[in-house]
Amino acid sequence: MKITVTDLDGNDHVIEGKAGWTLMESIRDAGLPIKAECGGACACATCHVYVDMDWIDATGERSEEEEDMIDLALEVEDSSRLACQIELSDALEGLKVKLARDAVL
Amino acid sequence: MSDNAYETDVVIIGAGPVGLFAVFELGLLGLKCHLIDILDRAGGQCAELYPEKPIYDIPAVPMCTGQELTDRLLEQINAFEPVFHFQEMAEKLTKLEDGRWHLTTDQGTEITSTVVVIAAGGGSFVPKKPHLDGLEDFEGSSVHYAVRRIEDFRDKRVVIAGGGDSALDWALNLHPVAKRVTIVHHRDGFRAAPASVEHMRSLVEKGEMDFEIAQLAGLEGSGGQLSGVKVKTKTDGENTIEADTLLPFFGLTMKLGPIAEFGLNLHENLITVDTEKFETSVPSIFAIGDINTYPGKLKLILSGFHEGALMSQAAFAYCRPGERLRFQYTTSSSDLQKKLGVR
Repeated sequence: MKITVTDLDGNDHVIEGKAGWTLMESIRDAGLPIKAECGGACACATCHVYVDMDWIDATGERSEEEEDMIDLALEVEDSSRLACQIELSDALEGLKVKLARDAVL
Repeated sequence: MSDNAYETDVVIIGAGPVGLFAVFELGLLGLKCHLIDILDRAGGQCAELYPEKPIYDIPAVPMCTGQELTDRLLEQINAFEPVFHFQEMAEKLTKLEDGRWHLTTDQGTEITSTVVVIAAGGGSFVPKKPHLDGLEDFEGSSVHYAVRRIEDFRDKRVVIAGGGDSALDWALNLHPVAKRVTIVHHRDGFRAAPASVEHMRSLVEKGEMDFEIAQLAGLEGSGGQLSGVKVKTKTDGENTIEADTLLPFFGLTMKLGPIAEFGLNLHENLITVDTEKFETSVPSIFAIGDINTYPGKLKLILSGFHEGALMSQAAFAYCRPGERLRFQYTTSSSDLQKKLGVR
């Protein structure tokens, strides 16, 4: 499946996602800069992304655990998610997200 | 020697699982260790990020949490009497004329050792900084990431950003001395302990504390002295909170830090080592665990344990030149069992 990831400079990268894996893993495997310091355990907030408004419903709601962890993210928006908490499925073909600054810097 | 100067065989930078197990392997060879860690306790990422998260890939331990792994390692190395220096960052490393190393920390501790082992994982855990223009100008004078002395905040207008335990605890602790405490948080919900949140809300209700559902947007002031913190709310746009001090509490992030200046060969912020001894480009400095890299490297705790065992053999040669190292098993060696304190 194809996913579009916008980097901090505004450039779009079309990467290959794999159903059953998380969005964070796909971004990392594609070689894009994403800190993801805890490795995907929802234990930090350094895989912070903004989900494109057209995809908000499809990606689902934040869990309580994720909500708590987003308290440690900077520049939080309604569209803020932790990429390690979005599991990819065929329903997310074409997903668009933007990296947050605290996921990269 | 002054009170904070020490001599030992090995200094280990990083008290995560790999640094802790290195104490065990070095201890079996009769080598003494000091450990330095920026956190206030042992365990590294296991303590900071995963204390309650399960780990499934430690050999013969089907499941344990990060904290359990740390506790068991501490128990395992207890007999070797490691000396811990917590909340300190290894800052400077110089070679002495006698070939040993002299390491100083940001807190002024000085340790002289024959061998240095870097087991620093992803680097030092340092406070996450908000992305605000001119932030550096106010750091240390008006913007702080920790409270050292409550008295420093007397009669100050304090803005505290964040929603975790650090934010709430300090809001409550500074409330009696500060002129005004304002909590700035992006939502009307907190990850902090419910009792603290309840206490904070009651103070806000009584008008003794302010709470703004907003995000930091900028800093106002000059010459390092803050006069106001600009915040952005979803509904009302930007406004300014008059403030003398800002305390951002957004948790920790990992940075390589001063180790990058130790003169070691690096590859993409990782320390390159050989796979026989896990020695760096500088003799008698070793690097084990997530911080090193070599062909085929896997960032697994168990790999770090293996690296520590091999490193110890080479460390022994530096610390006890001319002495023969005999390979022994803990199950059968009376010498090792004495060192372990079980015989």
